[in-house]
Amino acid sequence: MIDVEKYVGPRLGGVIRKLMNTEHSDHLGITMKTPFTLVLVVLICGAAVAAIYRLIFGIGPASNLSDLWPWGLWIAFDVLGGVAMAAGGFLIAAAVYILNWKKYKCICRASILNAFFGYLLAAISICLDIGRSFVIWHPMVMWQVNSIMFIVAIHVVLYTSTLATESSPMVFEKLGMNRALDRVNRLMVGIVLFGVLLSLLHQSSLGAVYLIAPGKLSPLWYSTYLPYMFLVSAIMMGISMVSFETLLTGKVFNHEPPREVVLGLARGVLITGGVYFAMKIGHLITGPGFGAVLDGSFLGNLWLLEMAVGVVLPLVLLSFRSVRTNFDRIFMVNILVIVGVLQNRLNVGIFGVSEFATRAGGDYFPSTMEWMLTVGMIAFAILGFKVCAKYLNLFPETHH
Amino acid sequence: MAISRRDLLKGVASGGLLLASGISPVEAAMSNELPPQAVGILYDATLCIGCKACMVNCKQSNCQPGGALYREGMKSPPYESKGPKGNEGIWDAPQELSGKTLNIIKVYKNGTGENKDTAVNGYAFFKQQCLHCVTPACASVCPAGAFKKDPENGVVSYIEGKCIGCRYCQLACPFGVPRYEWDAAWPAVRKCQLCNHRYKEGKFSACAETCPTGATIFGKVRELREEARRRLALKPGTEYAFPIQTLASREKNRRPVAKYADGVYGLNEAGGTQNMMLSGISFELLGFSKDIRKSALPDLTWAYIAKIPWVFAGVFLGGTTIYKITHRGDKGDSHD
Ligand code: SF4
Ligand code: SF4
Ligand code: SF4
Repeated sequence: MIDVEKYVGPRLGGVIRKLMNTEHSDHLGITMKTPFTLVLVVLICGAAVAAIYRLIFGIGPASNLSDLWPWGLWIAFDVLGGVAMAAGGFLIAAAVYILNWKKYKCICRASILNAFFGYLLAAISICLDIGRSFVIWHPMVMWQVNSIMFIVAIHVVLYTSTLATESSPMVFEKLGMNRALDRVNRLMVGIVLFGVLLSLLHQSSLGAVYLIAPGKLSPLWYSTYLPYMFLVSAIMMGISMVSFETLLTGKVFNHEPPREVVLGLARGVLITGGVYFAMKIGHLITGPGFGAVLDGSFLGNLWLLEMAVGVVLPLVLLSFRSVRTNFDRIFMVNILVIVGVLQNRLNVGIFGVSEFATRAGGDYFPSTMEWMLTVGMIAFAILGFKVCAKYLNLFPETHH
Repeated sequence: MAISRRDLLKGVASGGLLLASGISPVEAAMSNELPPQAVGILYDATLCIGCKACMVNCKQSNCQPGGALYREGMKSPPYESKGPKGNEGIWDAPQELSGKTLNIIKVYKNGTGENKDTAVNGYAFFKQQCLHCVTPACASVCPAGAFKKDPENGVVSYIEGKCIGCRYCQLACPFGVPRYEWDAAWPAVRKCQLCNHRYKEGKFSACAETCPTGATIFGKVRELREEARRRLALKPGTEYAFPIQTLASREKNRRPVAKYADGVYGLNEAGGTQNMMLSGISFELLGFSKDIRKSALPDLTWAYIAKIPWVFAGVFLGGTTIYKITHRGDKGDSHD
């Protein structure tokens, strides 16, 4: 191993040495030097190029957005989708620290870390999406409480810090910083509670962003209950995401996913999925009506697609005991839910406003730069998670 | 859990402080009242001859200091000469409202296009610009407060220095008015500010000033509303003296009243606007959407925002209670 102390001095060297120590995760068998990692790194570099291009030349040249399509892939996927994917963090934290459901403790760190990456994806993309990235701090000092966007901005900042704090014990532990560790741990319940609060508000306020645009968002999605539908679908997706990643890490790392936890999560998906289904159908009946989705129109089909993949199929499958108790089948259902809810966010953020925009003469397909950034950011999250799994004690229980 | 009650409360309290500071400015729900000295424009499409003089004067006047298109050190107004073929930089020919154009006259055409202000086999002109909503959606959604509605005259203006460029205003404006400078590296939002930089000199909207027929007139909103209703009540064909430039002007355009369709656009749309329109054919044919709510849009969002303090209270009270219940007699257990 390289003698880091020689290059950066004993203090920093010691810290680096401690961080690089992978004893606790050796049993997981994580190897960093794989072709997959290389692909991820290339994608991340692509995102960096896109980001720099965007910062130098502006949002217009970097994207295919226009006056009639002011928001595109970055808002719909990275922000709406990324944040929804992060819902698992607050749920598991609440289950462990508030409800005292001890069995979920073993996945707590991983799901909080996952949420952190979800928010990072959203935060970086927002930063690059706004036309004047360097003054992104303006809302923090120029309060405007009528604005949902202001509320969203405040939440991104607060919750990303909350997640970082919730994850910090892993780092402190690693560095043997016991005082700091102790302090964070003592405040953990308060922090978790704060995180729950922020998440409830944030998940729903992303839906509330569209409340102001009844004339633009298609009635298939527009509803005064949109904030609550966003919240419930985010919870459903959040649980699926946690389950997905628990099973996935079980597959790729040498570690057996705890059975009780996975089955419990599947039940959670079933319950929240049921609630979400009722909300969506209720909205359809009281709003646009079944005719609007069955008329074969483009938007109607998208609505059906989102519901079939993300809600109906998972619910039907999970209602079978044989699915609910089988790891591989649960894994498939998780993927369905995640894809379905992401589709919902794209429907709201991109397709749902298309009728208005095309009526006014606009058209949109994400530019290469937009794709590069989004794909690269996903790669960044995957690689980041892998690195953390190797260098931090992400699955504390698997020691024993 | 080795956590003591005091520690828990400390955590909760620090969170509570943060949110208390967040709730205090909540008195700020937007007003739905027309400001006392509200000014605006009445555009009567039946008088418009499509000369576009208003567009020329709009661009010129707004490139003066204080204008909505003004940039320090600008050499000429931002002309858009790329539109029609054969016009390579010769004349300003915007096709849409844009970051360079605050006001545009467009034409509706149908069939043979013989008769003015007729839906079938006719044509009509119409004007697009910011309508200066009584309760502007753009101002309500801006996270940085970069849109301001003047409490006296009600003009909705934009403060470039605050804008972060999130473009939520574009999504929120029901009339599709705010436009972005997509070709700039440090872009701004552009929209009509009712020429508020000209009032000090005793002048008014440049478009109204230059309109030769009185199709665009400037005035107090309350008086303009009356005038609009008066015109609607007139019998088509009777002669009427349409004022030019402003309501009080002595210069008139005497001509027979055309047949108006629909009512006054802007009385109720999105809760009412300070600019209003009259037209000989239905507004929908002119591209003004019928789906626009007849009540203030920011109310839709406010209904949600007003619940936030309750969520705060609920989560902290509920969470603490649940925590206490679930952790009864739970001692000495280490936590990580
Ligand atoms: S028309 Fe649009 S830009 Fe103008 S004040 Fe109303 S919401 Fe704002
Ligand atoms: S683009 Fe600028 S003016 Fe429009 S809402 Fe965002 S910060 Fe406000
Ligand atoms: S009021 Fe002024 S800025 Fe607005 S359209 Fe008329 S001339 Fe242009």
